[in-house]
Amino acid sequence: MGVSVAFWILAIVGVMAALAVVLLRDVFRAALSLVLCFLTVAGIYITLSADFLAAVQVLIYVGAISVLIILAIMLTREVQRGSPSNRLQVPAFIIAVLFLGGVVFALLNTPWAVSSAPPLEPTTPAIAGLLFGEGGFILPVEIAPLLLLAAILGAIVLVREK
Amino acid sequence: MVGLEHYLILSAVLFSIGLYGALAKRNAIIILMSIELMLNAVNITMVAFSRYIVPLLLTGQIFAIFVMVVAAAEVAVGLAIIIAIYRHRETIDATKINLMKW
Repeated sequence: MGVSVAFWILAIVGVMAALAVVLLRDVFRAALSLVLCFLTVAGIYITLSADFLAAVQVLIYVGAISVLIILAIMLTREVQRGSPSNRLQVPAFIIAVLFLGGVVFALLNTPWAVSSAPPLEPTTPAIAGLLFGEGGFILPVEIAPLLLLAAILGAIVLVREK
Repeated sequence: MVGLEHYLILSAVLFSIGLYGALAKRNAIIILMSIELMLNAVNITMVAFSRYIVPLLLTGQIFAIFVMVVAAAEVAVGLAIIIAIYRHRETIDATKINLMKW
């Protein structure tokens, strides 16, 4: 019962915040509502009993990525010009609605094999075991820092003064 | 009672909003923010599948962690590209950045 109420509140606030991201004229306010949307997604993870992912979501998205985005908005002085739409506004809207209709139709007509087992709690030891243990995801874990290193070096090279 | 379909529909709604924003907006930073919305929607889907289909395996949560890693790298490089373009051309209007358009 409590999970249902929490889900509906988080879902409505999250969808409102996401709509505000694409509909608000002010770029800075759009970035702030994006932060709100990230926070509601963290709450959705908690209702799915993914506690570790909720913490990671708050740390990475709310903490780091939103700061990067707001910094980029401050650095580019496009705030006065707002966030106008291009000529493809109507076709983009139609495509998005068609996509939503297709996905909802498909997922409502699929017989999902829902398991009745209770969720694992807490998830952190199990995730650690999967990431670093025998037969787990150790190779992707080793590749991820390489990707991050390449991204950091690429970002530094791209914005370096000549 | 909230079930798997509720989470999937929520994630589809968020993904569609992000898709609309990525296709219809001119400000490159707003486009990047819409892409982040879409990645978050996909993450919700994977965590919901992990919770309801295989509650004891957590594979979807591992995938969500890797999606977050790639999203962090993508946003760092993307914003660096946007700032480099702004330095050269004084605009980040995606309709005016058409140097590679045929």
